[in-house]
Formats: sequence, C-alpha cells, structure tokens
Amino acid sequence: MLSFISSLPGAIAQGAVWGIMAVGLYITYKILDLADLTVDGSFGTGGAVLVVCTASGMNIFLSLLLALLAGCLAGLVTGIFHTKFGIPAILAGILTQIALYSVNLRILGGKANQPLSVDKYNLLISLRNINKSLVVLAIFVAVIIAILYWFFGTELGHSLRATGCNQAMARANGINTSTNKIIGFVLSNGIVALSGGLLAQYQGFADVNMGRGAIVIGLAAIIIGEVAFSRIFKNFALKLLAAVFGGIIYYIVITFVLWLGLPANDLKLLSALVVALFLGIPYWKNKIAEKRVKTIPGGADNA
Amino acid sequence: MLEINNVYKTFNPGTINEKRALNGLNLTLNDGDFVTVIGGNGAGKSTMLNMVAGVYPVDSGSIVIDGVDVTRLPEHKRAKYLGRVFQDPMMGTAADMWIEENMALASRRGQRRGLKWAIGKAEREKFRYMLKELDLGLENRLSAKVGLLSGGQRQALTLLMAVMKKPKLLLLDEHTAALDPKTAAKVLALSDKFIEEEHLTAMMVTHNMKDAIAHGNRLIMMNNGRIILDVSGEEKKKLTVEYLLEAFTKLSGSEFANDRALLS
Repeated sequence: MLSFISSLPGAIAQGAVWGIMAVGLYITYKILDLADLTVDGSFGTGGAVLVVCTASGMNIFLSLLLALLAGCLAGLVTGIFHTKFGIPAILAGILTQIALYSVNLRILGGKANQPLSVDKYNLLISLRNINKSLVVLAIFVAVIIAILYWFFGTELGHSLRATGCNQAMARANGINTSTNKIIGFVLSNGIVALSGGLLAQYQGFADVNMGRGAIVIGLAAIIIGEVAFSRIFKNFALKLLAAVFGGIIYYIVITFVLWLGLPANDLKLLSALVVALFLGIPYWKNKIAEKRVKTIPGGADNA
Repeated sequence: MLEINNVYKTFNPGTINEKRALNGLNLTLNDGDFVTVIGGNGAGKSTMLNMVAGVYPVDSGSIVIDGVDVTRLPEHKRAKYLGRVFQDPMMGTAADMWIEENMALASRRGQRRGLKWAIGKAEREKFRYMLKELDLGLENRLSAKVGLLSGGQRQALTLLMAVMKKPKLLLLDEHTAALDPKTAAKVLALSDKFIEEEHLTAMMVTHNMKDAIAHGNRLIMMNNGRIILDVSGEEKKKLTVEYLLEAFTKLSGSEFANDRALLS
C-alpha cells in the first residue's frame, strides 16, 4: 500500500498533463461534436518540437509556444481536409495523424526518440521534482481554462458553440460553419500539442509513439470527469476542470491496477474497454428507458 | 425586395430519383408584401424558400434581394438579409445554449463576430423586454437551455430571433405545421404582429388554405416548380377554399394533392 501511496503524486502530475490534453479534446469532442483523431499525432508533434527546440538551446517558454503552434498547424490541416475536401471528420483526423507520424520522425531527426535531460536544460516540470511539477501544472491548468472560458464567452466562441450544436441554425444566423470548425480543430490541437510538450519535459524525452492512444485517454478523462462531477460542476470553466480531474482520476486508477499486478502491456486494452463501456452506458440507458415506455400497460396517456 | 428570375433546380440529376423541383420560377415581391404560398406535394414551395436562403445552389437563373444579386452567395452570407423560421421547431435554435445566448447569436446576424464579450448587460435587459412582449413567461428564464422549452415556445423564440435584427425578407417555411392548433394560432398571430409592426416583407409557406387566405396581402399557388396562381389586394380578400381548389384543378389539370391540406 505504501508503494501505491508514494506513487500517487507522480500519478496526479501525469494525470494533470493528460488532463490538459483532454481539455483540448473537449473543444472538438464536446463543443463541436466531432471526433478528432489528429490528437494521436499532434500530441507527439508537441513533444518532438519541444525537445528539439529546447535541446538546440531555445528558451523553454518559446519552445512550448512553438510546440503549440505546430499543433495548431496540424489542426488546420485536419480542418481543411474536413471542410474543403469534404472528408468525414474521423477520417480527416486519421489522415493527418498518419502524416504526422512521418513529420514527427523528421522533427526528431529521423530517430524514434530524443532525450531531454532536466540536468542540462531548464525544464518547467520533471518527474525528478514532482512537487514543483504539480505547482507548475496547476498554473497551466488555471491559465488554459481561464483563456478558454473567456474565448467561449465571446461572440466568436458563441458561434463555435452554435456550430457544434445546430449547423442549420448557425448558418441561418450568418455563421460560417466551415471556418468555425477549422478554428475549433486549430485551437484543440494547439492545446493537445502543448500538453505533449509538457509530457516530454516531465518524462525527459519525446518519443514518436508518445501520442498513440491519446484520443482514448482524452475521452476517458472527459467521460470520467463528466460522470464524477456533472452534478456539481455546471459552469463551463468547471466542466473543463472536470476533464482535468478526470485525467487525474484515470492515472490514479491506472497506478492502482498496476500496483495490483496488472501487466503494463495490458493497459491499453483496459483503457479501451473502460472507454467503450462508459460510451455505451448512456446508449443502454436510453434503450432501457424506451422499452419501459413501450411496455407500461393501460392509461389514456400511454394508449 | 425580392426577385426570382427564371430559376431552375433539379435534384439528383441523371439518376432514377431525378426530380425537377423548380421549373423556370419567376417571382417579384414588392417592399412590404406578405405572401402566403400554397401548393400540392412536391410543388416546390420549400425548395423555393431554400433557394432564396441559399441552402442549395440554383442550376440556373438568378435571385436578387433588395437589389443585391445573391445567386452565388453561400447560405451564411445571405443570412444578413434573411430571417428564417423552419417547420421543425428544433431547427431554428441551438438546444444546448441558453435563451439569451441564442438571442445574442441572432442579434449579430450579418455582422462580424469577433472577440468581444457575447452578451452585454444592457443587451440582456433588451432581451428580457422582448421576451416579455412574447408573453410566454420566458423573460425570467434567460439562462434556461432552449432544449428545455416546448415546441411552441421554441418556435416563438425562433420567430423573435428571425426579426430582432430586421431582415429584408422573412421566410416562414410551414412554421406552424408541427404545432398543436392552439399554439399554431398563437405563433401565427405573433407572425402577423411582427410583420405589421416592423413593416417586413415576408413569404409564408403553409398547407392550411384558410390560413393562406386569412393572412398576408398576396397569395401564390405553386405546381410543378412554377407559380400557377398569383392573387393580391382586394381580389385576395374574396378568396375561398373552394375557389382555390377549383382553380387548382383548372390550372394544373389535376386534383389538388396535399395530404395535410386535405386533412386540415
């Protein structure tokens, strides 16, 4: 038990990094109602850009900014595939993601991974100093959520929400739904790449495969956050915070099952099953509710 | 205010489902005209409204609103000139957004949307006042999700949203068809009120001939993607349902076939 408790701070830090990723995913998945698989690639892009820039002596904040912009660019490509090429969002994301695998390898100089030692560079977070990392991550979470809260309260933010909610209504009110979707993809992948840049610092390296399965972890974080906090968190900022908490809970659970003796190789299998289950629950709930309505006997209201 | 010049539209061309929806349609609306549109199944009534709104591009012909040729403009750019209410009450509002958020979206129709805060304090009070005028008890529910409202409330709100930024042309596409008779009458009365108070030019598609006769200053009947009857002024006031049915048979050479019209 002691070893589990002692690994909790690390789990929380890692969960918070993935929680930031989930906040990015929230924009496409919840607000635009599109599943964007670009994130599996753009997360790694963020990590790769950060490591390469920092290793070349660049300021860490500037490196993070470039990581974010690289993610934005990836989102722009998916957005263009989706709106200008007419490719369904899921497929558009997959295409960008596949392309990014090659791009990420190029960024990493043809190598599958690149180290970034906290001893040599002035990193913001690292698993060697978890307490400091937790403070820094808390600040990142607060700033990102504050910016998104502001953005989605603006006229442009509202038009993005309307686009995700009802495209016919949005267009009838003069909103360019294609442009808005592109903005959503750009914003989302920028944040995802930023979190990739944070993870690369935390673990001390970037790997071309670091984003594999990111969408599943992000969805798990969003869904766990929703299930756990939807009753108390009504405000938009708190809903985003719930996604971060969802990421943290996810990593605590992962740490726990690993401590229980689950082989680490089976983790992705477990995550996929958990997400499938949680996505299925609302569907089954509806089915059961429909059946009940059909089988209630008698009564003028039901006739 | 509106000119539809020789517009053709065929859906699914070259397939077994080919359907010529508009067949050389011509129509000119004068400033302040309130036209009701009737016609059989597949006559092209909704297609005409959708073409004006830019939901689909026309095959040929042109559409001019208030002197501006909008034929090539995409739907969201034409929105500047148009207020629209749809048959489906779910279609005109964003269900997951609040009442005031929906109104704020509508109040910026045709404007650039930037990084200004979406709803100001004074604006909120204006919205509250407008909702009070609707008399549906919505003025105290500004931060209720629109998805929680009834079909009639949503339709009344959509109507308010369509006119709150004065449109050059108001398009009502069977906007009361999905409502119960009492609610439908209320929404219709509200439409009349807005059109009169704001001196709007409007087109209303309806399957109810009595409504078509009772409202507006002009009535057009469509068949096979064309206008076959156009009545206005004093002549329109004298119209009866029987006359319209007879006129239809004479002009189209077939019985008037509109499932819902015959049932109502």
